[in-house]
Amino acid sequence: MAEKAILEFLKEEDEIPDSQVFAASVGIDHTDLENVIKSLRGFEIIESLDIKKESFVLTDEGKSYAADGSPEVQFFLAVPPEGITRDDLKKKLGDNIVNIGLNWAMKNKWVEIKKQLVFRKVENVEDKVKDQLKKIEDGEVVDKKEDIDALKKRKLITLQTWKAYALRKGPKYAPERKKAATDLTREHLQRGDWKDLEFKEYNLCAQGQPIQVGYLQPLLEVREEIQNIFLQMGFEEMPTNNFVESSFWNFDALFQPQQHPARDSHDTFFLKVPAATRQLPEDYVVRVKRVHESGGYGSKGYGYDWKREEADKNLLRTHTTAVSTRMLYMLAQQKPFRPKRYFSIDRVFRNEAVDRTHLAEFHQIEGLICDHGLTLADLLGVLEDFFTRLGMSKLRFKPAYNPYTEPSMEVFSYHEGLKKWVEVGNSGMFRPEMLLPMGLPQDVNVIAWGLSLERPTMILYGIDNIRDLFGPKVDFNLIKNNPICRLGLL
Amino acid sequence: MPTVSVGRDRLFEALGETYTQEDFEKLCFEFGIELDDVTTEKAIIRKERHLEGEEEDEDEEVIYKIEVAANRYDLLCLEGIVRALRIFIGKEEIPVFKVSDVPPKSMLKMHVKPETALIRPFVVCAVLRGITFDEARYNSFIDLQDKLHQNICRKRSLVAIGTHDLDTIQGPFSYEALPPPDINFVPLKQVKSFRAGELLEFYRSDMKLKKFLHIIENSPVYPVIYDSNRTVLSLPPIINGAHSAITLKTKNVFIECTATDLTKANIVLNTMVTMFSEYCGKKFEVEPVEVVYSDGRSSIYPDLTVSNMEVSLADITGPIGIALEASEVVPLLNKMQLQAGKSLTTNGNCNIIVSVPPTRSDILHARDVMEDVAIAYGFNNIPKSKPKCMTTGGRQPLNRFSDKIRAEVSRAGYMEVLTWVLCSHEENFAMLKRNDDGDKAVIIANPRSSDFEVVRTSLMSCLLKTVKHNIDHPRPIKIFEVGDVVILDAARDVGAANNRRLAALYCNVTSGFEEILGLVERIMKVVRAPHVQLSDNYMRPSNEPEFFPNRQCSIIFQEKQIGHFGIVHPEVLKKFGIPDPCSYVEIDIQALL
Repeated sequence: MAEKAILEFLKEEDEIPDSQVFAASVGIDHTDLENVIKSLRGFEIIESLDIKKESFVLTDEGKSYAADGSPEVQFFLAVPPEGITRDDLKKKLGDNIVNIGLNWAMKNKWVEIKKQLVFRKVENVEDKVKDQLKKIEDGEVVDKKEDIDALKKRKLITLQTWKAYALRKGPKYAPERKKAATDLTREHLQRGDWKDLEFKEYNLCAQGQPIQVGYLQPLLEVREEIQNIFLQMGFEEMPTNNFVESSFWNFDALFQPQQHPARDSHDTFFLKVPAATRQLPEDYVVRVKRVHESGGYGSKGYGYDWKREEADKNLLRTHTTAVSTRMLYMLAQQKPFRPKRYFSIDRVFRNEAVDRTHLAEFHQIEGLICDHGLTLADLLGVLEDFFTRLGMSKLRFKPAYNPYTEPSMEVFSYHEGLKKWVEVGNSGMFRPEMLLPMGLPQDVNVIAWGLSLERPTMILYGIDNIRDLFGPKVDFNLIKNNPICRLGLL
Repeated sequence: MPTVSVGRDRLFEALGETYTQEDFEKLCFEFGIELDDVTTEKAIIRKERHLEGEEEDEDEEVIYKIEVAANRYDLLCLEGIVRALRIFIGKEEIPVFKVSDVPPKSMLKMHVKPETALIRPFVVCAVLRGITFDEARYNSFIDLQDKLHQNICRKRSLVAIGTHDLDTIQGPFSYEALPPPDINFVPLKQVKSFRAGELLEFYRSDMKLKKFLHIIENSPVYPVIYDSNRTVLSLPPIINGAHSAITLKTKNVFIECTATDLTKANIVLNTMVTMFSEYCGKKFEVEPVEVVYSDGRSSIYPDLTVSNMEVSLADITGPIGIALEASEVVPLLNKMQLQAGKSLTTNGNCNIIVSVPPTRSDILHARDVMEDVAIAYGFNNIPKSKPKCMTTGGRQPLNRFSDKIRAEVSRAGYMEVLTWVLCSHEENFAMLKRNDDGDKAVIIANPRSSDFEVVRTSLMSCLLKTVKHNIDHPRPIKIFEVGDVVILDAARDVGAANNRRLAALYCNVTSGFEEILGLVERIMKVVRAPHVQLSDNYMRPSNEPEFFPNRQCSIIFQEKQIGHFGIVHPEVLKKFGIPDPCSYVEIDIQALL
């Protein structure tokens, strides 16, 4: 209705000079009119100019005096010729009127106080305050500035600012506005009227609705990509779901001597329950014992008394190579020998102090190839292939030591961001003292390498505290905001 | 890996060449040792005392910390590193170690009493004659003993070294094992005499020595070495006597190594004498000592025999994957301190005869020889090749199945978390209102802290801890984990087995029981298969302590409970510090494979 009033008026006239006046003339509340003005202006149907208007209005106190008279006059009129006590006046007029009225009546010298009694000093008084307030209430102008100031000072009136608009036709003026559509609906498609519709400008800066999604853990996303790399390279996953392992499979079968520091309680979690393994392949145990004690298979051995109790001790596996060893032993029992490529990515345990880069448990990535006549050159080649797929193509190899591999090589990769060579993995060829007691053919070699899953992931995502990536203290926002893993997309 | 600290300037002087740090690092890398850190004596002290702010002096001596392979005891001192590198770069010949010719009658003797078998049965000895110490050499001599004690000697438990000024003592010596009250002597760095038992008490507060007391303290007899005047040389493996202490002026050093492992005792003795005979009057010559057992057996030490190993050329070059002639292999072996020569076999193949010196106890097999050739050739110079075997890739069905479940649960709007399988006993039991019946959980024998006491038997405490650490996260919190628990299992060789679980948790201002119920229904719907038939009522009311009464169910598959879900018990939530209600499900997904 307000919209219609404006548009029809402007059809005939050039301008609405004052929307306040216009609102009063058509009998519409100005607030309603204002909303319509804003909307029409948004569609450029009209143009508007802001006008600021000021006028005085009565405060609540002012309104009551305009109706009942000023307190000083009320006070004066209540004073009888014989005089009256203030208390009696308060009973008649109330505390408030008496306090204010007495004050002003005294100032105006209308009354006097003698011996506790109030007396009139003049016969008649004129209620100018009431008259001025009435004028303002009726929208008439009070000329004298000192009168206005006095009323303002007594907080009987206050200045109010009014907003109004001067309105003209806009560039898209039409006597009747077409309603702009905000969204394409099923009805629009059914009716086919979307062709004729005008669509409201869309605010492309507005945010979309928050969506309900699930999230996968960043470390496991990296795990998946590395699994894919192994699969592409023809590797078969090993069953690694056995965290509890015997020292035999974790150490002895790998030709790791029983006094080796890794077998210290400082490095390995041994178990109270179940403390010892129940069963080992006895004929194989005999061969392992012999190779430790006195060698064989071309080796001198370590020359010490190998103890079965040490081998029986259960532990939480310190590396997934314990699983690789079981797999190779099983492979050795299958005739004829078939070459294998195995991989695993699973949890290992170290009895280490937890800090920014060390946890008591972490994930080990391991790959190995078992075949006749494999060489160190093959290991170098397969490492280059694997790490290049991980985005590390600039590699260097350093001689290292590991009790079950010979040769042993540390793999270093040049990190472009850190501008230095960083160690990214360990590798080697399994020792004959490990493979031959299993029963693998003489000329079969195993080349293998390993690295942690956490370290390359931390480098990849720039995380410097391992507990921010793995464990109960990981921040949900990290999981929510992590970008997709692009390993293997290179 | 052990680290050896050497003064840079002394190192370069001994090498006969000054390197830039970068070039020295490169040399180390090729040889297989690593320049781990560059520091100064004062910086080390500052770091120990946490004095960060103090200024560095320009003239402080630079120290290189060099990391060496754990099986190369011959690289545990400056002398050994320098010798190895100089031979590697062709600046020095391989030394030939000699046991001096001493007539049997004048040879020093060590008599071993049978009681030593009760505590520490072996002893090996040698003498370094006419040695010249200076401060640096002396310190290196002491440091090498420390390094050996730390590494191959397994903190003195396997072998302990004692070194003495031979001119202060009188052979023949005797190695005995006596009741502690019978041993009385003035130990090193002390002025008064102690009885052995007293001495062990005295050392209980000694930061360094208290770690070794356990080796003998519970034995009825302690090992002790005397000279012919009953002067105590040492109380192995704890302390030497003050009387025979070596000084910078010592000329003749008597070395004894007592041990529980004879092989290692020999390696330790050989390492000491091959390193420091360099400073003897007759370079690389060591005087022998005869060790005589009470049954009449006797042996002469040190045993510096070079052992010969005959390796076919093909066993060296084949596993490396390079073609080299024997004449090319020999100089490479020489770079690694191995003398070598060619020999032709009857069938015309070429063998290499490798002489393994007493310093290279790490060489056990032809494979070790092959590695040395590969190092000398340069790992980074070997042309790369690709393994030729045809194999097919494949996943473990359980892991692939787990991934499918993970995808399904994340599609349902849950966030995946990854937690630790180790937890405290309390978290796994008491905080979940459960009792440990002793028939379920794997218990760690030597946890470093209470965080690693047991292997989890359920994922519940792990998910609750994760919520606690993210307690300010907007609700609802919907998280899940697919992971292993470990349960005792008598049917397995090791007595325990992993079990793959799915756990999911919903936390909000209301319990979210229906949310979790909906997830259970979804999982049960998608796991159906011809061999996984679920009856329509696979849920049965349950009464588990960790859940709220009458708001919990067990999940039944083939008459077996494979999971539980329900509202988490308020007392459990309180123990984990979670103020809002949670619903939780845990299912054995291995059973559904």
